Amino acid sequence: MVHQYKLNGYDIVLDTCSGSVHLVDDVAYDAIALYPEKPREEIVAELLQKYTGRPDVTAADLEQCLDDIAALKAAGKLWSPDVYEEMAFDFKNRSNVVKALCLHVAHTCNLNCSYCFAAQGRYQGERALMSLEVGKRAMEFLIEHSGTRRNLEVDFFGGEPLMNWQMVKDLVAYCRSREKETGKNFRFTLTTNGMLIDDDVIDFCNREMSNVVLSLDGRREVHDRLRVDYAGRGSYDAIVPKFQKLVKARGDKNYYIRGTYTHANTDFTNDIFHMADLGFTELSMEPVVSKPDDPCALTQEDLPVLLEQYEILAKEMIRRRREGRPFTFYHYMIDLTGGPCIYKRIAGCGSGTEYMAVTPWGDLYPCHQFVGDPKYLLGDIWKGVTNTAAQDEFRHCNAYARPECKDCWAKLYCSGGCAANAYHATGSISGVYEYGCELFKKRMECAIMLKVAENQDLAAQGVEVPLELGGACTACADGEGCAE
Amino acid sequence: ERIKTIATDL
Repeated sequence: MVHQYKLNGYDIVLDTCSGSVHLVDDVAYDAIALYPEKPREEIVAELLQKYTGRPDVTAADLEQCLDDIAALKAAGKLWSPDVYEEMAFDFKNRSNVVKALCLHVAHTCNLNCSYCFAAQGRYQGERALMSLEVGKRAMEFLIEHSGTRRNLEVDFFGGEPLMNWQMVKDLVAYCRSREKETGKNFRFTLTTNGMLIDDDVIDFCNREMSNVVLSLDGRREVHDRLRVDYAGRGSYDAIVPKFQKLVKARGDKNYYIRGTYTHANTDFTNDIFHMADLGFTELSMEPVVSKPDDPCALTQEDLPVLLEQYEILAKEMIRRRREGRPFTFYHYMIDLTGGPCIYKRIAGCGSGTEYMAVTPWGDLYPCHQFVGDPKYLLGDIWKGVTNTAAQDEFRHCNAYARPECKDCWAKLYCSGGCAANAYHATGSISGVYEYGCELFKKRMECAIMLKVAENQDLAAQGVEVPLELGGACTACADGEGCAE
Repeated sequence: ERIKTIATDL
């Protein structure tokens, strides 16, 4: 399957099943579009007519262009066949390995953000903190069910996890003590609203957390509209200096500033630029997940505005990179040559199978966004997964699970999309959240365009980027190395 | 040259 688009002056052709990205000129762009539909002589005649007056477009030149297209097709870099569908339905027979847990260490929060799916951190239940005993049992559950997997991931989540901070520290120490005897490598992540960050939190996080996710919605007036305490006071002034201090002390370890945009700030790129201007360089901004009647909810009328915003963001990122003050955007950090293998692309995030959420009292759910929904209570950390019917539903939820996605060029990038978003939008985890699809596809187009722009900038400096990790030069399109 | 392959084996 081939996807063609024009963005920011670049004509781009993506071959979905090989992951090949081609930068073409307008003539080749048209030739590729016509290639599957018409015989060569018709394509040549049509393009000669279209480009009348262009001295570079001759019959011989067009024949050469069509030869190049044929060579790329033969090399599996254009219209490469989709040979992965059968693999997708073999997933039910794969092992029941668990490799990651989202630990809800606090079902309570010191902020009262109106758009939060966790509803004051309580997930429609009672306030609760996870005990160290439950935390330790959750870690043993993870170790027991991880099979031969070495890398295990634990997200400290809530609510606000810093409201159970001593337990977090004690549990990390426990896991470190178990690493040597089990041969496992724990990677910890913390997601926080920042209100309780102090020097102890900064020191510990920068020593032990592989990643920290810091919640900031951007401009003060945007952030303080929704991210308020129980007295209705905004939290921007309290958290920004703390985030700046944490990030400054963090060196080159991973973090990102994570914002949410809503109907009230569809000009969200201004919030991203504000984050960058505050000195943060690893940024993320996500569409709100809410009921359609919520005043925060994004509307159909918002969609074209949002799509344009993603393009504005990509162009500004190019400008700032060229000026020597780059920042990254979570959804634009695509790795075209070393991205995930086909199994990962089909399976996606692994929610409900290799990744689960644990409540303060040890119940298991497919992910943090299903916590509190009795239909998706999978079991607990003592007995394991007992609701195998619900787990099977997730096991079958992959890039090939939906007939609507069969002809979508982005399916091996979105892996079928977020099950929680599909569930909340359609009532089924196998539904299609079309609004999210449109945003995702635009983000992918922008991400690929950014890589093309980067490639062109490097080429202008005489630097050639490897086409494929460990691969041979493919300048001649047949994939074979030349003698030089 | 009208086609430049920027990147590519699943």
